[in-house]
Amino acid sequence: MLAVILALIVAFFAGMEGILDQFQFHQPIIACSLIGLVTGHPVEGLLLGGQLQIIALGWMNIGAAVAPDAALASVASAILVCMKGSSVSNGIALAIPLAVAGQVLTILVRSITVGLAHGADAQAKKGSFRGVEVMHITALMLQGLRIALPAALIMAVPSSAVMSALNAIPDVITKGLAVAGGFIVAVGYAMVINMMATPQIWPFFFLGFALAAVSELNLIAMGVIGLVIALVYLQLSPQFNKNSNNGGGSSNGGDPIDDILNDY
Amino acid sequence: MAEEIKLSRRDRISVWWRSQFLQASWNYERMQNVGWAYSMIPALKKLYKNKDDRAAALKRHLEFFNTHPYLAAPILGVEMTLEEKRANGADIDDAAIQGVKIGMMGPLAGVGDPIFWGTVRPVIGAFAASMALDQNWMGPIIFFLAWNIIRMAFLWYTQELGYKQGENITKDLSGGLMQRITTGASILGMFIMGVLVPRWTTMHFPMIVSTVKVDPKGQVDFSHVTGGNATVDGIRKVIGQIQGGASVTPEKTTTLQNIFDQLIPGLMPLLLTFLCIWLLRKKVSPIVIIFGLFVVGILGYWLGIFGA
Repeated sequence: MLAVILALIVAFFAGMEGILDQFQFHQPIIACSLIGLVTGHPVEGLLLGGQLQIIALGWMNIGAAVAPDAALASVASAILVCMKGSSVSNGIALAIPLAVAGQVLTILVRSITVGLAHGADAQAKKGSFRGVEVMHITALMLQGLRIALPAALIMAVPSSAVMSALNAIPDVITKGLAVAGGFIVAVGYAMVINMMATPQIWPFFFLGFALAAVSELNLIAMGVIGLVIALVYLQLSPQFNKNSNNGGGSSNGGDPIDDILNDY
Repeated sequence: MAEEIKLSRRDRISVWWRSQFLQASWNYERMQNVGWAYSMIPALKKLYKNKDDRAAALKRHLEFFNTHPYLAAPILGVEMTLEEKRANGADIDDAAIQGVKIGMMGPLAGVGDPIFWGTVRPVIGAFAASMALDQNWMGPIIFFLAWNIIRMAFLWYTQELGYKQGENITKDLSGGLMQRITTGASILGMFIMGVLVPRWTTMHFPMIVSTVKVDPKGQVDFSHVTGGNATVDGIRKVIGQIQGGASVTPEKTTTLQNIFDQLIPGLMPLLLTFLCIWLLRKKVSPIVIIFGLFVVGILGYWLGIFGA
């Protein structure tokens, strides 16, 4: 019983963070590990969290694109794995449809909060700070319930029903989903890359790719290399050094060949 | 004006703490508006004492607002300065206060995405996830601590910068320094993405392309260790032959995977990533792409193209 209450609290925090995006309780590596801890299956939770984190690496809402929701995906799949006896690979396959469901729910709550915003207007007219605060916190609670209620629903389903439902899925589907789970990470990478890519930045992607494909360097070493390259680029790029080169105020740039060409 | 009202460090800490809940009541009409007012309340409470002033202050801070949740911090700092001056009698009207907000939120939103969502979170997340997969509990702990220390420090220092420098800060933040940080972060982020594509994308093609009989001379001679006459010397010989590159099976099979790996490991993940980038640019929703890949995975496994 205590496990159920603690897991619901984790779910509630994940739901709040799904909208706040500050403390990151909704990230799989935190949410799944915590649910694993409180339900007495820490290793499963940790492994699930690690794998889901890789998949969810690039899930973020930018512009009009709607990203899957990491909060419901991590909480619900962690409950299935840690409390209902599902395997980690099944948990990952199930996480994706759950992420979509979570996204639909967050759109719903964000629409409901329009009403709360009008409530805040009314409170503001009265000059009531307290009233505005209440509206704000109510909205936060709704976002928490957005994950906690579905989590409670999933917990209420008996394990035997979950297991027989999972076992009823043909082998080719579950294996195929596990296979796909290995490469859907590419979608997350593509989202991150699309956000940052500019012609000047692309070469660094291929540098990383080649280094990773042919060397055994671990991630820490790669991080150090990436950081060094970024710092060196900032020091050398003319884009950031215009002032120092043009100190004389002449019409010529800093490039000697350019100067020679201009003289002709 | 009898005496000047100043916002204390305590008030600013209070605003800083509340700004973490900026998005709680995110709504489709005015987005972060209530969260913005909620964050400003400690300052407004200090500056305005009578009901009418308070109502007016709340009203002007409930206007439309939306930016990157962390880059709201410098704007909060600037707005605190403006409100402080206004409360002390300076001629700053509602339009000026709203104008500064709107003017700053656009350029700053574009700065936050590549730094936080594009670089810091994927990079820390990748380190943490690799530890978690080794069953190391430091993974989630480091993720949580590193992220929140960076984030909270960023919120506090940029808010203080905004408070102390006022509107001039927009120039600093959207020009020079911020530009450098954004570019540097993007380089690190893209580099790490390049690393992750071949490392963490699992695509295995077990389909057998060719099977070739290996010449008996190129095979390991197992007679040294079979039929009950395994000796230490025999085992040494077998190991020596294996290390010498002899084949352990009478046939050599080449899978599709072997061919791809000879070109460059991670070629197929790279092509898949490019396909996803292209689809996203065609405005295909990431959710649709993910489901499409699930279908591809199931069909591919069924046909024997993909293996676990």
